[in-house]
Amino acid sequence: MFIIKNKIFFLTFSALLVLGSLVAVFTFGLKPGIEFKGGAIVTAQYTGVVPEVEQIRNEAKNIGLGEVSVQVSGEKELIVKTRTLEEADRPVLAQILSVNGAFPYTEKSFSAIGPSISKELTTKSILAVILVSLAIIIFITLAFRGVSKPVASWKYGLVSIVTLLHDIIIPAGLYAYLGYAFGAEVDTLFVVALLTILGISISDTIVIFDRIRENLKKKISQSFEEVVGISLSQSFVRSINTSLTVIVVLLALFFFGPEPTKWFSLTLVTGMIVGTYSSIFVASPLLTLVEKWQRANK
Amino acid sequence: MWKSKIGSILLVVAALGIGWFVVGSEPKFASFIDGNQNVKLIYPTSTVASLRAEYPFRLGLDLAGGSRLVFSADVSKTEPSEIGAAMASLRDVIERRINILGVSEPVVTTEKSFTGGEYRLVVELPGVTNLDEAAKTIGETPLLEFKTLSPDYEAIVAKNQKILEARAALESTATVGADGVVNINVTPESQEDLVDPYITTKLGGGQLSKASLQFDQTTRKPVISLQFNEEGAKLFEEITGANIGKPVAIFLDGSPLSIPTVQQKITGGQAVITGDFTPQEARNLVGRLNSGALPLKVTLIGSQVVGATLGADSVEKGVKAAAYGFLLIVIFLIFWYRLPGVLAVIALSAYVAIMLAFFKLIPVVITAAGIAGFIISMGLAVDANVLIFERMKEEMRAGKTIKEAVSLGITRAWSSIRDSNTASLISASILFWLGSSVVKGFALTLGMGVLVSLFTAIVITRLFLISVAGKQNGRFARFLFSNGFNSGK
Repeated sequence: MFIIKNKIFFLTFSALLVLGSLVAVFTFGLKPGIEFKGGAIVTAQYTGVVPEVEQIRNEAKNIGLGEVSVQVSGEKELIVKTRTLEEADRPVLAQILSVNGAFPYTEKSFSAIGPSISKELTTKSILAVILVSLAIIIFITLAFRGVSKPVASWKYGLVSIVTLLHDIIIPAGLYAYLGYAFGAEVDTLFVVALLTILGISISDTIVIFDRIRENLKKKISQSFEEVVGISLSQSFVRSINTSLTVIVVLLALFFFGPEPTKWFSLTLVTGMIVGTYSSIFVASPLLTLVEKWQRANK
Repeated sequence: MWKSKIGSILLVVAALGIGWFVVGSEPKFASFIDGNQNVKLIYPTSTVASLRAEYPFRLGLDLAGGSRLVFSADVSKTEPSEIGAAMASLRDVIERRINILGVSEPVVTTEKSFTGGEYRLVVELPGVTNLDEAAKTIGETPLLEFKTLSPDYEAIVAKNQKILEARAALESTATVGADGVVNINVTPESQEDLVDPYITTKLGGGQLSKASLQFDQTTRKPVISLQFNEEGAKLFEEITGANIGKPVAIFLDGSPLSIPTVQQKITGGQAVITGDFTPQEARNLVGRLNSGALPLKVTLIGSQVVGATLGADSVEKGVKAAAYGFLLIVIFLIFWYRLPGVLAVIALSAYVAIMLAFFKLIPVVITAAGIAGFIISMGLAVDANVLIFERMKEEMRAGKTIKEAVSLGITRAWSSIRDSNTASLISASILFWLGSSVVKGFALTLGMGVLVSLFTAIVITRLFLISVAGKQNGRFARFLFSNGFNSGK
């Protein structure tokens, strides 16, 4: 009951987080990675002295490769990003990275993506987002099809969707900040993380809503708010525990896991935490608000 | 009661069997020790690969190291109905060229782009990190080469044959020790390098001006006539002049096409290749030699190289993260859910064993994203158990006996389990259908994980719970079946 009584506090807290995230997304922006933008990225590990960032940038300008972005990564390691490369540009790249042979290095990884592939990845990602969202909405509609008084079933669906938006806007905001502070770029894995959050987080909300409907049928109380409150106290332990098992493995993945999935696991962890929070502290309180407005407008 | 007990025991045995398969089918280190007691690994591609177990984990390029090249094929001059065949022959040619590079287990596939009609050729070369050389070999004009035979041709061929036989023999004499380590009695002969019995000349496809199809007057067999340019004609004259009565080999894409014997010095730059080909094959060959290129023109539109150290680092960290993740779940389950928690841990172990066995048998190519998917799926796998256990707790609180609580808990938790897994499955299948190779790896492991976990969490845990929940309903038994901060009263 504590949660329902203090719903204004929790809802305001969430609203602020969402607002902050939106501000982050719009001010910092989400930096598209080469998968979406096209271009090349090299991780070079220097065997001896590491050249200055400026040296590499100047070399690139002199040779005619234009602006390149150079990022220091760990000891003796540089990450260099360039525009889309032609086949003939590859030897040029080696010349730039070694600053005309002065700094020997080994190529740890190299990835180049041409415009047609990046275009396709962008289309596919947008399509995946649309399809997953549609599928989730259909799933929600089906899951809540048994109309129950006093709140119509489609309103459960609507509240679930608002909650889902909350769950993906906050990780997106965090990612925008990570991009600003640490150069994290939006890649296909980021899109996957958001879509996975959608899938996992909706189930949390559904488990709690299921309980509310069950309790409504049992008529455990006359007051809708009280039914929601009791349902929450009955189900929030399981809601937290099911998420906790996923959160602990994700934390393991973030702290001990491979480099390529670092940002991915961080996005997922954020999404999971926010998703668990929202299914308890946002979805159900919102539902009681909806019911209240309904009554007031009668 | 006893039925479910026997069932549980059978399941545990089955899970142990699967686990044994997973561990037992892992390749062991093969020891190669040469005469000076140095560990040597000279040609691990063929012999050692076959010595390894039949079911190793298949690592993707991002973990094993290697390069991936994506080419776009120009089909603008090809009839739409013939594109499929052209792409297939392009793949064959490229495969042949890769064999020149000596890459083990290359993967060459063709695909059509999702949007628009771009036809692509994807080449994956495990272990190759020299992208430029690979791209050059693949995209180059057909490798037409003229080679003369080494003076010791016969001896070299015989020697090569012996080395290959010695290498093949290693396999049959290898023994597997009690510790699972494969011991190979390396013979000195098998360690010797193969020698090329051919000598490369300067003459090749570069000096070709025209190729045409003709039919032999007497045998009626198709032959390919080659016309060289001035430089080629001079070279050809020199080569034939120096090798009268000896064979000269004509190589295409690294393999000998025909080895005619030179009858006399040939001036004028005309050569004829008589090979054992059908008119169609000969026509294709002529077309390729004339267009000076592959069946279709290709341009490199994407490439990726992962160094072996980076890949190995990812594997190590991925395994570490999985182990820690597993451990954290185990601690949580046992401390929070007590006896049922222990049962869930056994079910989770069975889950891991089944998943890993599937990875090997299907086989699933494991990538960094795939490892992430697997790790997350471990967390999701115990969800169903958590839902069942929480429901049991409620039933016990409502005054039910342990036995009643177990069966009610399972029945009533089902709708939540179904709903929560459906959503994950929806996301995973759409991602698998649409995703790039990175995304596919993640979606596949996640989706498989959801399905397998439904089995382990429901079938296995259920059977365990029923067989453990006897008639006893005392305080201690109730404590064991409770969870969290409850004493089970």
